[in-house]
Amino acid sequence: MKRTISVLVENKAGVLSRVSGLFARRGFNINSLAVGETEDPAVSRMTIVSDGDEHTIEQVEKQLNKMIDTLKIKRLEDSSATRRELILIKVGAGTHQRGEVIDIARVFGAKVVDISTTTLTVEHSDRPERIDLLVDLLTPYKIKEVARTGTVALEKGAGTIGYKPKKD
Amino acid sequence: MITGAQALVAALKKQNVNIIFGYPGVAICPFYNELSASGIRHILVRQEQNAGHAASGYARINGRPAVCAATSGPGAVNLITALATAYMDSIPLVAITGQVSSDLLGRDVFQEADITGAAEPFTKYSYLVKDPADIPRIVNEAFYIAGTGRPGPVLIDLPIDIQQAEFDETDVPDAQHLPGYNPTTKGHKGQINRVVSAIKRAKKPLLCIGGGVISANAQNELRTLCETAGLPAVSTMMGLGALPTTHSNYFGMLGTHGHPYANYAVQQADLLIIIGARVGDRAVSAPEALGRRAKIVHIDVDPAEIGKNLGTTIPVVGDAKTVLDQLTQTGAKANCGIWMDDLDDHRRLYRPDLDPRPNGGINPKGFLRTVSLAMENDSIIVGDVGQNQTWTAGNIMMRGGKFLTSGGMGTMGYSIPAAIGAKLADPQRQVVAVCGDGSFQMSMCELATAVQHNVPIKIIVMNNHSLGMVLEYQTQQYNGNHFAVELGSSPDICALAAAYGIPSRCVTDDSQTDEAIRRLLDQPGPALLECRISPDEASR
Ligand SMILES: Cc1ncc(C[n+]2csc(CCOP(=O)(O)OP(=O)(O)O)c2C)c(N)n1
Repeated sequence: MKRTISVLVENKAGVLSRVSGLFARRGFNINSLAVGETEDPAVSRMTIVSDGDEHTIEQVEKQLNKMIDTLKIKRLEDSSATRRELILIKVGAGTHQRGEVIDIARVFGAKVVDISTTTLTVEHSDRPERIDLLVDLLTPYKIKEVARTGTVALEKGAGTIGYKPKKD
Repeated sequence: MITGAQALVAALKKQNVNIIFGYPGVAICPFYNELSASGIRHILVRQEQNAGHAASGYARINGRPAVCAATSGPGAVNLITALATAYMDSIPLVAITGQVSSDLLGRDVFQEADITGAAEPFTKYSYLVKDPADIPRIVNEAFYIAGTGRPGPVLIDLPIDIQQAEFDETDVPDAQHLPGYNPTTKGHKGQINRVVSAIKRAKKPLLCIGGGVISANAQNELRTLCETAGLPAVSTMMGLGALPTTHSNYFGMLGTHGHPYANYAVQQADLLIIIGARVGDRAVSAPEALGRRAKIVHIDVDPAEIGKNLGTTIPVVGDAKTVLDQLTQTGAKANCGIWMDDLDDHRRLYRPDLDPRPNGGINPKGFLRTVSLAMENDSIIVGDVGQNQTWTAGNIMMRGGKFLTSGGMGTMGYSIPAAIGAKLADPQRQVVAVCGDGSFQMSMCELATAVQHNVPIKIIVMNNHSLGMVLEYQTQQYNGNHFAVELGSSPDICALAAAYGIPSRCVTDDSQTDEAIRRLLDQPGPALLECRISPDEASR
């Protein structure tokens, strides 16, 4: 089962390689990993989607927590988190098929952001499952290239990851 | 203005470092140049791996992080085995490596190695220093990280230009900035209470002591809990000596090479209280079955160890010393007289194989028992790896001293350098290294270190002219197809000792050993005893 883990880490060199090394070394899967700065430039948020049974995910969390650079970690349940992924997808669509591709994009609320005589590039941000569905529907049109960001997520409602910097 | 190298020396002195084990090269020369006049003693080893092992031996006796140093590239890479060994056994080290100039990093210049990357799986944390003004803070953090929580090695990689660069040291703070590092020491009160009621309800409770009890220096707290709560205990190999061997509540060492009565206790217990142990595969071979049979309390300073190999009923995160004390304070008492009697019967009925070999030769188990009894109570025995390790661990009598060995990694060659470090940490205590002829040859170069720095360790080489443990395995698993395990009759170990200027003796029969052991221990300087044994001696 896929689980989403949100991790606040110190924004410094080597952290990403430590995290990915940890996953590789301990045989944990990474389905996706997205990382970027937070409201505090000294802190980055990693959103990691991993799959494994409860025991494995618990180990993932403990090992991540053990890292010196990890500030806070929280598992986000699908039902209580807003999860989004961004995709850019370039499909082969000559004059005949353009209309169909644009129709599909419209149903998803996706944007066509680039066009050439033989291709269309669609941009869309949505729940990861919906992104998968969009890819499925566009597959018949000969997908040339795909770039996905991996999932980012925040808790729904007023709740946060609850990190309070300690005073040094 | 001071240089990075000067800042490093000052920061080490601030941590009360008075000894460094190392091996220089060009990339660490700025630091070595400052070290020369620093008053910090430098022990020049003969191979960087042994600098790490010696620091490990030092740290295990001294209780504080110990320092090893190496140059860039091959020097740093040679250190890795020692870092991995220390990491597996939770030994606090601060390793300092030289590095090529920071403007050349990533270009594969001469003797460049990405040591922070290579050592990442084997270090608790690591730094690649980019600014000399960071050195005071980094050193302060490195010692703190290495020595607190679950101890472990921390690496500081210092490019040569950073060592040379000058900076204005006034107004440079060394305050730690570790917002993500907050080790828990005190056990959660609710969890402690759950442990107490489990102890009260249990018919067959058992404490299982690991190396964490020793690294937390919690021997007294352990003994007090055992005695006041009336709890029986077994230990892992790393937990050996936490209780005296002859303590009435102590029921031996568990595991593949442990005592049968200790394994019986583990198999029969209905409550297992594991303290500072990883539940490694050598200690507990079928953790799933164990978890089904017994309630498991797991006390560890590292939350990631709890539940990793064994399902846990009651997890307690905390330092062994603090948690043991918390448990004693509750006044909990076990109700297990019948169980204790049963364990006692099994212990009494066990007949260790210690008698002299009837047809001549030496019984290694009896010999090592005798060695331990000939030593002073607080002495230090450093075991190597192989059959010699199992003979030593299984038969020495611990009476307040320490047993050091490479438990988690099983690194051959550990004993001699670690013994040198241990002896330097506490020159008053007797230190004996016990190794096989294979492991001896992996670090015999350090005999020169012991002589040059006058470190009076005693070395016992259990010479079976083979890699005994592997030979035994081939006997059992491959129908005696012995391949690549015979070491032949070279070298002549006593002649080798003489070449290094170390007095030595060779014994071949049980009748000679008492006197030879006494003579070995009485030698004022480093000394060696070769003990010839049959390659057919079994580990158990
Ligand atoms: C560095 C290293 N290489 C290989 C091994 C595998 N190994 C484990 S025990 C052993 C034999 C040790 O031989 P020796 O030191 O002579 O001790 P003995 O078993 O004969 O007592 C070997 C090769 C190891 N543990 N460490």
